Amino acid sequence: MIELLTPYAIQVAFIVLKILLIIVPLLIGVAYLTYAERKVMAAMQLRQGPNMVGPFGLLQPFADGLKLFSKETILPDMANKPIFVLAPILTFLLSLMAWAVIPFGELFGKTLLLSNINVGILYLFAVSSLGVYGILMAGWASNSRYAFLGGLRSAAQMVSYEVSIGFVMVTVLLTTGSLNLTEIVMAERPFWVSVMLFPMFIVFIISILAETNRTPFDLPEGESELVGGYNVEYSSMTFALFFLGEYANMILMSAITVILFMGGWLPPFGIESVLIDWVPGIVWFGLKICMILFIFLWSRATLPRYRYDQLMRLGWKVFLPFSLVWVVLVAGVLLATDSLPV
Amino acid sequence: MSIIARTLKGFLLFEIVKGFSLTFKYMFKPKVTINYPFEKGPISPRFRGEHALRRYPNGEERCIACKLCEAVCPALAITIEAEPRDDGSRRTTKYDIDMTKCIYCGLCQEACPVDAIVEGPNFEFATETREELYYDKDKLLENGDRWEAQIAANLKADEKYR
Repeated sequence: MIELLTPYAIQVAFIVLKILLIIVPLLIGVAYLTYAERKVMAAMQLRQGPNMVGPFGLLQPFADGLKLFSKETILPDMANKPIFVLAPILTFLLSLMAWAVIPFGELFGKTLLLSNINVGILYLFAVSSLGVYGILMAGWASNSRYAFLGGLRSAAQMVSYEVSIGFVMVTVLLTTGSLNLTEIVMAERPFWVSVMLFPMFIVFIISILAETNRTPFDLPEGESELVGGYNVEYSSMTFALFFLGEYANMILMSAITVILFMGGWLPPFGIESVLIDWVPGIVWFGLKICMILFIFLWSRATLPRYRYDQLMRLGWKVFLPFSLVWVVLVAGVLLATDSLPV
Repeated sequence: MSIIARTLKGFLLFEIVKGFSLTFKYMFKPKVTINYPFEKGPISPRFRGEHALRRYPNGEERCIACKLCEAVCPALAITIEAEPRDDGSRRTTKYDIDMTKCIYCGLCQEACPVDAIVEGPNFEFATETREELYYDKDKLLENGDRWEAQIAANLKADEKYR
């Protein structure tokens, strides 16, 4: 029996190790994303940001984490307790689950990723769509007006913007001819196709801002009107899970942007030179993700919040028709010039 | 024409790009924060901070127990008791300021004929208990000894306007 199970046990241990190798750096990345957010916003507002805990305040995220862990978890009397507890766990799990198919780079001719499935992009789309359930459950189970309004807003918003994200993805898929993320990265497009994809890139960036509930689309949280939106009633660990999930989602969405539009772990702009050949692909991947994340932080320091009807107008009356037209346009041009990928 | 221009501007995100470039420029400007416990902003010579009772250079306390400050204090924070000292000069036996009542209006130092009670430049005297904020004569004289150099300099700087 033991002989029979040993190969499986080794395999399972290997997979668990791989999962840890993805999740641990990711969580550290999340911690430092919060630090970077505070520093970048501070710099743009002529402030200093955290600078007391450790050199340059570099230990601040851990101090914050420690504070959250040591607080009391409050379960409101009127809340639906099982769902109330389940919601943050779901949000957090979903934000980690999606990383299973993200390719990080290439090493000795093998792609670094957990599972190379052929419908990777569909999997990502499915998992990120499920994310709305966590927020909806939290808003409903809290049994509080603010949380409820936040949950409703979030659900409507995420559904609206997923439609245009879907069309943007379709446009990209038209030029790559594969749903496999590794193949999307490796796909070679003519220059003019990349130019045609640029407006879609902008639409995608704006849509992921809405999808992750970031400024200028942070209505579900809406500190100034809803106090904190769906997570008003949460404290301590449950709140920390929402927080981690939200920021992990930001990194995930940036990773998807990098894979779809910016060539993943390949050197930027297709540069091939001896000078940068030694840089491992994972570094390029990380740098590109940081660039997109900077846009997230940058827009938070720049833009005011949208009104709810403006948000809906932008999603349904601007992005949806625009991306729809663009899908047809790109498809038509590709067909006319006979450059559809096989 | 204006409609076309406006639509074009909207689609090219003209205003948003402008805003973004502004915040980006601000990111590299020098920060305006004063790193408080390590750096402090300048304060005026007229700054009204923590109270102090001053002495003459020979060590004699200035206060002659005229009780003008007690009378003028709008918050009734000052309590004075006085009787003649052994050498016959009039001095206070008790000079209490309730710092929790004080509104830092500066009327006491204006009323004082001998510049004995003054509000010094110190503003960092937070305490952990209320009791520590009921200042008595010893505490006030000690403040005076501690801040004398600065208080004297401030009084001198402000002299020509008095």
